Amino acid sequence: MVTNVTNFGRSGLSDWLVQRVSAIILALYTLFIVGYLLFHPGLDYATWSGLFAHTWMRIFSLLAFVSLAAHAWVGLWTVTTDYLKPTGIRIATQTVIILAIFVFLVWGIQVLWGA
Amino acid sequence: MSNLRSLTFDAIIIGGGGAGLRAALELAKSGKKTAVLSKVFPTRSHTVSAQGGITCAIASADPNDDWRWHMYDTVKGGDYIADQDAAEYMCSEGPKAVFELEHMGLPFSRFDNGRIYQRPFGGQSKNFGEGGQAARTCAAADRTGHALLHTLYQNNLKNNTTFLNEWYAVDLVKNANGDVVGCIAMDIETGEVVHVKSKATVLATGGSGRIYASTTNALINTGDGIGMALRAGFPMQDMEMWQFHPTGIYGAGTLVTEGCRGEGGYLVNKDGERFMERYAPNAKDLAGRDVVARSMVMEILEGRGCGEKGDHVYLKLDHLGEDVLGKRLPGIVELSKTFAHVDPAKEPIPVVPTCHYMMGGVPTNVHGQAIMQDAKGNDKIINGLFACGEAACVSVHGANRLGGNSLLDLVVFGRAAGMFIESALNEGIEYLDASESDVESAMQRMNRWNASESGETVPELKRELQDIMQTSFGVFREEDNMQKGVKQLAELRERIDNAYLPDKSNTFNTARVEALELDNLMEVAEATAIAALERKESRGAHSRYDYPDRDDVNWLKHSMYFPAEKRLGQRDVNFAPKTVDMFEPKVRTY
Amino acid sequence: MSKLQVSLYRYNPETDSAPYMEEFQVDTQGRDLMVLDVLHLVKEQDNGLAYRRSCREGVCGSDGMNMNGKNGLACITPLSEVVKKGKLTLRPLPGLPVIRDLVVDMGLFYKQYERIQPYLQNDQPAPAIERLQSPEERDKLDGLYECILCACCSTACPSFWWNPDKFVGPAGLLQAYRFLADSRDEATRERLAELEDPFSVFRCRGIMNCVAVCPKGLNPTRAIGKIREMLLANAT
Repeated sequence: MVTNVTNFGRSGLSDWLVQRVSAIILALYTLFIVGYLLFHPGLDYATWSGLFAHTWMRIFSLLAFVSLAAHAWVGLWTVTTDYLKPTGIRIATQTVIILAIFVFLVWGIQVLWGA
Repeated sequence: MSNLRSLTFDAIIIGGGGAGLRAALELAKSGKKTAVLSKVFPTRSHTVSAQGGITCAIASADPNDDWRWHMYDTVKGGDYIADQDAAEYMCSEGPKAVFELEHMGLPFSRFDNGRIYQRPFGGQSKNFGEGGQAARTCAAADRTGHALLHTLYQNNLKNNTTFLNEWYAVDLVKNANGDVVGCIAMDIETGEVVHVKSKATVLATGGSGRIYASTTNALINTGDGIGMALRAGFPMQDMEMWQFHPTGIYGAGTLVTEGCRGEGGYLVNKDGERFMERYAPNAKDLAGRDVVARSMVMEILEGRGCGEKGDHVYLKLDHLGEDVLGKRLPGIVELSKTFAHVDPAKEPIPVVPTCHYMMGGVPTNVHGQAIMQDAKGNDKIINGLFACGEAACVSVHGANRLGGNSLLDLVVFGRAAGMFIESALNEGIEYLDASESDVESAMQRMNRWNASESGETVPELKRELQDIMQTSFGVFREEDNMQKGVKQLAELRERIDNAYLPDKSNTFNTARVEALELDNLMEVAEATAIAALERKESRGAHSRYDYPDRDDVNWLKHSMYFPAEKRLGQRDVNFAPKTVDMFEPKVRTY
Repeated sequence: MSKLQVSLYRYNPETDSAPYMEEFQVDTQGRDLMVLDVLHLVKEQDNGLAYRRSCREGVCGSDGMNMNGKNGLACITPLSEVVKKGKLTLRPLPGLPVIRDLVVDMGLFYKQYERIQPYLQNDQPAPAIERLQSPEERDKLDGLYECILCACCSTACPSFWWNPDKFVGPAGLLQAYRFLADSRDEATRERLAELEDPFSVFRCRGIMNCVAVCPKGLNPTRAIGKIREMLLANAT
């Protein structure tokens, strides 16, 4: 078996499953948002922020954010291992990616649940 | 010692086809230091092209089948110059060897009861020819050779066999006593030449169909083992016996398995007549291959051939239906579309008898030990030299091989050679080391090519050799024409001895390999020609217009070709099987 | 005139500092030759040309090469199928080190094949006859065992180009599934455990280049999908 330490699950199967499940969640979330926008042609700030006042919407959005983070990590980890052959550059890039994903995720949570 | 690097093994097996890999597997399991030296990656060996199957009385299609019936068919098929002790060994040991292959994973086709699928093949009978057609050929669709070769290679991987892949054996090394103690070999990738030392050298180099212009054989079938043994001065047996397969695709030469006729296909002439009914009223299209091939040529010569030139016949399969073709003969459908531009489900395939198999080769006993003759004409074992598979002449095929018997020959005698060498090594083998001059003499022709500065080049000489063989030593033979052929070959030999290798680079130099192969083709062609000229009778695959009958008084014998004097002698056929009564020579009809 | 223009990838490490393309004119006499026949004709012009060949009928897998941009076997590819605008361009299989001209070093390819333990594993004592297998069980091996190891698929696969040391590649995976699918094989669990990591199987992105080029019409992508299903069933 090929061993590796930089992917989290260390299992191709779990990565693969995460990728599929997160993709479904992201697809559903996208469909919902697009549908919502279509049904509310004259959307104003109050209605929009009202939507996000619902707890279920916040949970759904958080789920989508987490899915996005996981999806992006698995995908970008794969891309770096495909194309970045020098180990130093690859690890550096992977570190930047994971930090960025972390920052965006925390920021997203703050936007959702913050004041 | 010379400046060559040397490698030392207990046993070196030259050739990575079915026979070589089966022998290697036996030795690898025993833990002996063994290597397989093959000029191609092993799964590219010609065994991969075998289609129809492996004939063996495993009693699957018929629970009452008997290996003795198979032995009878084999001896009769060989027109009674098959050695009966060898045929007995092959047919009785066969089931064990086939079951081993299945246990190794060979994906045989199956009957509904889960047993190995068997199909009818030519020359097969029940109850010593009295019980009608048998179905005795075990098959993996029509890719049996491919399945067999890959299975053997895989099991060699499992048992950690050492492979020298893409290495070319140049010549045998003999010591001062005339024992074979290894070979000179070249790593094709780097061009490095190495002295391989070994206590047992196994020639599993296959056939040499490339001496003919039209052949079903792979481009690599250049008789390298035969050439090496002849140059070392060892005799060859029954070299006049070349099988012409009835159904090579017209024009391309690619093989169409006898299994097509086993599954119910048949040959027709230009009038749409199923002509084999006239030549072999009982077995019809499933008569011996020599009989069918001759009948086809007769049809063509008498003006009933098909096509514009009337120079081939048709193999009709469309009545079998797409289901049977797709299930049992998928490879044939593929090959016909590619090489004959014909969909066999709709149209017949144009076919013509095509050189297919060398029944002759290095004479051996059932243990694969190579044999020569002493001054009195008695058998004498050649120390250190073994042969198995098509390169060997055990002889189980006599004057004509039955379909499906070649794969059985490979595994039974590859296995037997492996087992014998293992026990011989256990008992201890010590031969004198080769001296520097012994190695030098094995390097001679390599040095000759490397030093060549001008002369004719390999492709044109090869083409000429193939044309001579095709014209003078084909399905039908005749004195004057063969005399002419022998003379042309003698002239050609001189030209080949002075031929030129323009490319002397070291890295993957295929031109050098082809030059070395040409020497071997020359050796095989000459042995064939002289043996064919001297055997003054018609027997099995050897048919002469001028001697149309079998002559059991003078020629119920193996021929032995001695390269030093270019002389043809004889060797007794074995009529003493151990556990059954011998089969008396009878008139051979189908 | 029936001259065919053949553009050939040439490289001999002993004399060339870098590979280059060389042009040849070949007289086909108007025949629809196989690409391998054309190579024989070129070799008569230039004895030094190196390529592998053996059976010349598409079953030994020696002469896999890149013909006008597509991998295939030279011996069963007629000119009419590949030649564009009277020109034939031949290159070695992509992604493997070139030894000389059209001959590539297949070491990595074979290593991946060996890694999947391409042999039947069954520790039960063998019966006196064959192991029984129903025709239905045997049918599962169709489309798998026919692989000829020509490497056309794996060298057409970007995932194999990028990670030839870690991704088994379509050819190896087809054989991995050939043994997983064999009713006589008992090492399913061990085989799956060896394949579960992120590279061996899961680098397949399902782009089906392998299916597009396989000269035997096999479908490694489907086999890879089946392996994934088995991994999933085994792990959940």
